Amino acid sequence: MPSALKHMLFIVAPLLAVFAVLPGVYQNHLLLFNFVIFLILAQGVNIIYGFTGYLPFGYVGFFGAGAYGFAILVMHYQAPAVVAVLVAGLVGVALGLLLTPLLRLSGAYFAIANLAASLAVLHFVANPALENITRGPYGVSLTGTFNPTLAYTAALVVLALTLGAVVFLKNSRFGLALQAVREDAVSASMAGVNVVRMRVIAWLVSALVAGLAGGVYAWYVSVFYPDNVFSGEFSIFAIVFALFGGVASICGPIVGVILLYGIYNLIGFTTPQYFQLIYGLLIMGLVLFLPAGLVSLATRRGWHVP
Amino acid sequence: MLIYALVAGVLFGLYFSLVGIGLNLVFGVMRIVNLAHGDFLMLGAFVAFGVVTLAGIDPLFAVPLAFVIFLMVGVLLYWVLVPRLQGSANPEMLSIILFFGLSQVIEAVTTIFFGTSERSIQSRALGTVFSTIKVKLFGGKPDAGGPVQIFGQGFPASWVIAAATSLIAIALVYVYLYRTRLGTLTRAVMSRRDEAFATGIDVDRVSAAAFGIGLGLAAVAGIFAPFMFGSVTPAFGADATVTSFAIVVLGSLGNPLGTALGGVVYGVCYMLVQTYLSSWADLLPYVLLIFILLLRPSGLLGRRVRVA
Repeated sequence: MPSALKHMLFIVAPLLAVFAVLPGVYQNHLLLFNFVIFLILAQGVNIIYGFTGYLPFGYVGFFGAGAYGFAILVMHYQAPAVVAVLVAGLVGVALGLLLTPLLRLSGAYFAIANLAASLAVLHFVANPALENITRGPYGVSLTGTFNPTLAYTAALVVLALTLGAVVFLKNSRFGLALQAVREDAVSASMAGVNVVRMRVIAWLVSALVAGLAGGVYAWYVSVFYPDNVFSGEFSIFAIVFALFGGVASICGPIVGVILLYGIYNLIGFTTPQYFQLIYGLLIMGLVLFLPAGLVSLATRRGWHVP
Repeated sequence: MLIYALVAGVLFGLYFSLVGIGLNLVFGVMRIVNLAHGDFLMLGAFVAFGVVTLAGIDPLFAVPLAFVIFLMVGVLLYWVLVPRLQGSANPEMLSIILFFGLSQVIEAVTTIFFGTSERSIQSRALGTVFSTIKVKLFGGKPDAGGPVQIFGQGFPASWVIAAATSLIAIALVYVYLYRTRLGTLTRAVMSRRDEAFATGIDVDRVSAAAFGIGLGLAAVAGIFAPFMFGSVTPAFGADATVTSFAIVVLGSLGNPLGTALGGVVYGVCYMLVQTYLSSWADLLPYVLLIFILLLRPSGLLGRRVRVA
């Protein structure tokens, strides 16, 4: 059996099945939906950071742009929700294209520029001068398309697509070439890899994923403000979840989301400061003692982790 | 109007240079992104609150105090965090996440102890030491401490004092880097870390000193934050970090004069946009940062070192 099929059968299919069944058993649907959203975002970060080494510190920019793409299409063009989600994905890709020049930067410069880009999009969308188009800082309300059940299903579809993309990267020459570029761009290009095209494709795929996730999110919550959908927490959580599990693998980000986001919801402090404190310490401990993620505990012993 | 915007821009710009210079030093020497930079600014502001409310004296006295405290904090933090970080596969990227965690911890601890309310200091408090000296030593009359006149326009005295302190601090950093032995070693580490190591320079000691000085300068800048921005909350750090990055990148890395120029350019742009296009003023730092990174990644005074 080819390993791509194995990964699909034994990792992706069970995960999707579990999340498809859970709403019937477990009452807190919003929590389940958030799990799916973070699974998508963490895998999106995995595509760009795990396979190319670019740290998207402003990843939420695509997510928020997708959410607003969805909102504008529904508000001004009365589009059906499914079409609007697709457009949200395209908005993500368009923003990604606009930001491709950032890929010329390396290391921390890319991360900082990406963070600045996401904040620029936030301030652009939230500008009172654009109230006619985006409703500025006053937020949007999309009661017409409100349908949590369908939106949850759409989120599962997006998750399936994202996982499919990661499985492809993990098992294809393309993914291998990307990892070669990440390790050493010069050697990779000597070996005949088109470095620029590879990076741009990975970047746009991860932008598409985040845009779709943003559209689905807008569909599900239906009332939101710029500060909600552009909240830096989405970027940070997605990055930390992906790193905690271990990037450049299929299981890593999944394990990261389920463990960390699960703990996050289990602890549920009444005072957010204590939570922030514990979270900050956890992040620091992660970087200092387990920089390659949970997966590295297994790979260090020579076990293969997909 | 234009003159007011320009002069206020220069005053703010000098202050902004002080805000960015610590970050410049840390990134230039260690290639580490101190995402908690803004939080050290915030802590500096809290030192100023402490000095004013506990001792009831001029917050200028907090400047040496904050610098010494955070110099020691920085050296300590360096030894706890950085050597371990440098040993990992991708220290530059991981430092972003590590210091994000640190900034969360600082913000949380400050909130737990001081609450989330906005704090400000009466701007009259700053600079009272000067009028006291004038009265005591030279027998002058105590004046009202009103606005300072520059080119026929009135500016708050606290802005002028902050700008002057920033100038002095930048001059001292310059003296440190170019006129002392440790400073020369610091510049050697900045230009080539591994070669500096190979020539027998104690890279860790030099880096620890730079890290401490960087945090100390951030805290000093923080003392003036309540006067320049009106008030400070524990959550103030994150915005301050991005602004500092814009300034540092605008100038150039490893060059304190570059940061001073970057700060002034930034301050003037900021004031001009705020005067003529106020609803878009929030966008400025981010757009400026992206454009500078793309068009001239080495900054206004830099060499080309940074393109991938």
